[in-house]
Amino acid sequence: MGTLLVGTRKGLFVLEGAGEAWEFVGHHFAGDPVSQVLADARDGNWYAALNLGHFGIKLRRSGDRGRTWTEVASPAFPAKPAAGPWADDPTPWSVELIWALAAGGADEPGVLWAGCLPAGLFRSADRGATWQLCQSLWHDARRRDWTGGGYDQAGIHTVLVDPRDARHLTLGISCGGVWQTRDGGASWELTGRGMRADFMPPERAEDPNIQDPHCIAQCLADPDVLWMQHHGGIYRSVDAGRHWLPIAAAGPSTFGFAVAADPGNPGRAWFVPAQADACRIPVGGRMVVTRTDDGGASFQVYGEGLPQRHAYHLVYRHALAVGGDGDTLAMASTTGGLWVSTNAGRSWACLSRDLPPVAAVRFA
Amino acid sequence: MVKVEFAAALQRHVPCAPQSVAPGTLRAVLEAALAAAPGLAHYVFDDQGAVRKHVAVFVNQQQVRDRVRLDRPLADGDSVFVVQALSGG
Repeated sequence: MGTLLVGTRKGLFVLEGAGEAWEFVGHHFAGDPVSQVLADARDGNWYAALNLGHFGIKLRRSGDRGRTWTEVASPAFPAKPAAGPWADDPTPWSVELIWALAAGGADEPGVLWAGCLPAGLFRSADRGATWQLCQSLWHDARRRDWTGGGYDQAGIHTVLVDPRDARHLTLGISCGGVWQTRDGGASWELTGRGMRADFMPPERAEDPNIQDPHCIAQCLADPDVLWMQHHGGIYRSVDAGRHWLPIAAAGPSTFGFAVAADPGNPGRAWFVPAQADACRIPVGGRMVVTRTDDGGASFQVYGEGLPQRHAYHLVYRHALAVGGDGDTLAMASTTGGLWVSTNAGRSWACLSRDLPPVAAVRFA
Repeated sequence: MVKVEFAAALQRHVPCAPQSVAPGTLRAVLEAALAAAPGLAHYVFDDQGAVRKHVAVFVNQQQVRDRVRLDRPLADGDSVFVVQALSGG
């Protein structure tokens, strides 16, 4: 029996099941947008990040699998300085969205990371009771060159904690490229040679600080292998994100948002293609998932069980998840479709076509 | 005393009965009222201490346009109502 958490614009849905038989067993925060969810495997706590619109972002925690929820602190910026180099910072110092939630290392019980929009990184050492802004990244002068992707401000949507060393974090920032720390956030390195931003002036297309990685996924068994769905295509790194190798072709399109990495096989990853940045619909109205088994040299295109005519589903960056077995996947769309696969993506079973727009899907 | 009430849309998340607090600036009055429900403060104010742009504060039935300074003095008998601003159609 497994558990699936689905964060949507109208609340958090909980499903339980196995194989292709899943049942809805819970609906929490009905009517409220859920921007991110986290099931912390270290202690069993669930976290739901809400975006209440009028009343700002909130974070709720459950220690009993959703039966009860407690409001914990929300990440918040310190007072913006009235003098000094950041006094004229045009970026608002107020968190508008919790975009990424990640558990710290196995040797760091209670440590959480939150990637936000605007692009502040926050750390909690006490399961969300308090949060501290990572000052070293926020005060890096290179932040001035970051720009918004789909939002007005730049944001951190990916926080990867190296399973070998929890002091090593890899961040994906739209649009600010790939940043890494190897000392738990005390210092940062802008990494990511090889990416190309065709939306920039040609002279700056390869500037790593203005790249728009849509999402980054890490192979748990071989953490130096990373997969990226970038605004301009698909990339793979085999050196922990220092260099990125473009993948020229991947089925109908290399544009999209979501990526999932096989936890055990560094050659396998999944993507959900859309036609292009200016046309964010499945190519030809046919929804498919692409999978590579050979490090991106070739891709299979799978549509069995997915709508193949007049389908306009878009899968957001956090709405494709792979289970620990590497065979079970779940995926949900902006038009409320939810599917699972038990055979590594070759075919899919529809669990709903009627959900609110989905932001995040996670196995718990 | 100044009476401070929070609309039902706020109390759905954090209950807070009507408060009666000492006169002072609008910010001081709001902060004194929120002492009864500290968890509500982050619903009303953003990270920089400004009233959220989709929250509206009324003093004696008139909406306060200033969201930042909140230095308007309130007198004995004034009333404050905090509500969500109408947005989203």
